[in-house]
Amino acid sequence: MLQQVITSIVTLFLASIVVFVGVRLLPGDPALVLAGETADPAVVAAIREQFGLNQPIWIQYFNYVGQALQGNFGVSTRDRIPVAEILLQRLPITLELAGLAILVGVLIGLTAGIVSAVKRGSFADYAANVFGLIGLSVPHFWLGMLAILFFAINLQILPASGYVAFTEDPAENLRRMILPALVLGTGLSAVLMRQTRAALLGQLSADYVRTARSKGVSRSREVKHALRNSLTTVVTVLGLQLGALIGGAIITEQIFVIPGFGKLIIDAVSARNYPVLQGAVLVAVTGYVLVNLAVDIAYAYLNPRMRLAGGAR
Amino acid sequence: MSVLAVEHLRVEFGTENGPVIAVKDVSFKLEKGEILSLVGESGCGKSTVAMSIPRLLGDSNVTLGGSVRLNGVDLSAFSEKRMQAVRGKEISVVFQEPMTSLNPAYTVGSQISEVLLRHEGLSRRAALARAVELLELVGIPDAQRRIAAFPHELSGGMRQRVMIAIAVACDPLVLIADEPTTALDVTIQAGVLDIFRRLRDNLGTSIVLITHDLGVVADIADRVAIMYAGRIVEMAPTVAIFAAPTHPYTRGLLGALPSRAVMQTDGRRRLTDIPGLVPSPSTDPDECQFAPRCASASGACTAARPAADLVAVGHSVSCYHPAVGAML
Repeated sequence: MLQQVITSIVTLFLASIVVFVGVRLLPGDPALVLAGETADPAVVAAIREQFGLNQPIWIQYFNYVGQALQGNFGVSTRDRIPVAEILLQRLPITLELAGLAILVGVLIGLTAGIVSAVKRGSFADYAANVFGLIGLSVPHFWLGMLAILFFAINLQILPASGYVAFTEDPAENLRRMILPALVLGTGLSAVLMRQTRAALLGQLSADYVRTARSKGVSRSREVKHALRNSLTTVVTVLGLQLGALIGGAIITEQIFVIPGFGKLIIDAVSARNYPVLQGAVLVAVTGYVLVNLAVDIAYAYLNPRMRLAGGAR
Repeated sequence: MSVLAVEHLRVEFGTENGPVIAVKDVSFKLEKGEILSLVGESGCGKSTVAMSIPRLLGDSNVTLGGSVRLNGVDLSAFSEKRMQAVRGKEISVVFQEPMTSLNPAYTVGSQISEVLLRHEGLSRRAALARAVELLELVGIPDAQRRIAAFPHELSGGMRQRVMIAIAVACDPLVLIADEPTTALDVTIQAGVLDIFRRLRDNLGTSIVLITHDLGVVADIADRVAIMYAGRIVEMAPTVAIFAAPTHPYTRGLLGALPSRAVMQTDGRRRLTDIPGLVPSPSTDPDECQFAPRCASASGACTAARPAADLVAVGHSVSCYHPAVGAML
């Protein structure tokens, strides 16, 4: 367990370097963007001085990390608002979207995967596989536009875009989150469906399932035995898919005009708003690392054999 | 009335390459407190017989023929639902692979409790308490603590004892043991066989023991059925099988035992083997399927299948040329 925590910290450290350098590899000069195309060179130089952009990159990096560890991610180059404040404001929105998408993905993916494995070769299995293939192949932006076209324009039962804070109006918030969550969760559910199906099919033919049957238990309990051993695969995939989910969230928020992290990142990229971009990406990476740490911990619960190995460390 | 009566059992698997008739025609009876051993080489259908008694072959591409009677009740007419009530309660199974037959994700205690909760209507607490007793019964030391262990924390021999604890939890009429000692060290084997013997003596459990190990047979079985190519070719009390084997195949099996090694002209003792190969299980011709490998085969052997004849009390053999007397 300690080893996983240390690994996570090292990963975060390396990721922060990559993010920091990566952001600076973007074409375009933030000082120029800030000062305007036609600015006086003296003004541009002053801005460089103010944001520390004239220092060597490694000094910039250590200054940044030192401050970031104290919760100070600098100020937005556009409106001088502290980045930490912006992040705290945007993070819950994306967390809600991602949470709902994971809920959609797990509910649909797990259910479809279990049904198609248990009823292998049936119509339900066939239908789930077709769904899985489509869900994997269809890109978010296209699915999002189709969803808007169908639900918002043709049926007019759900709003096409916009966001209302949960604290303001919970019902309206959820109503506006349904489509984005479905769009974002579809790809995840397709991956989970396929992985659950494959893992469960493998486990259902295991010797211990035959043992369970020899005890006279019902078919559903047999499946429960097998499912328990399939969940490690499912949890792994879920952890790995989180990266894709973050990418998908950026696009989904753009389509549905949700002022979350994704939108923040895109806006920051186009405005060369280094501090905001860095902070946002770093927080996203931290989230990814934390989720994978949680996956490791979940393993120990799901697979007793790993509990022993973890305890010995 | 016999506890278990298997009559004209036939098991056919549908495969992509055509049917495989794993069991062609098997009949036997098992009395209360009796240990009957089904013996034969790999592929003779002995395990298939074992798994088809509680209908554990499962798949839809299996065709079962004949009948299985438990205390006179024909199980072949039972629905899957009613079979579930029989499995683990009246007929239970110990499998060959102790390493994989237990679920790695659940504790030993919960896996034993499961069968008690299913059939005995015990509370969770009572089931766990009973599970501890069962672990003690099968000779697992420190049972109170082991109840919380996961399978990977136990040795193969210990896991097989847990399997046996599960199988005997509901005091079954019939215990089917499919090569229960094959995967175990020889030193562990004796202990496991001893558990079976005690179960039979104390609880009157009837046991069908599938094995290819004639040493195990000699140790524990009351009666032996020798299987070849999906049929029982010879069935007799254990003593008679070893003292006066009658079917050429049985004599071949016994001749392959190190203790029966035959003195050669050069003064060295050598094991005898049975020439040839097991016939393909895809056909069921009306002939003695052992004939191509048999030294005493004649035209009659391939003209029609020999019926089972009694050569002594309780000793039947399906052969036109049964051997008489003891082996050398």
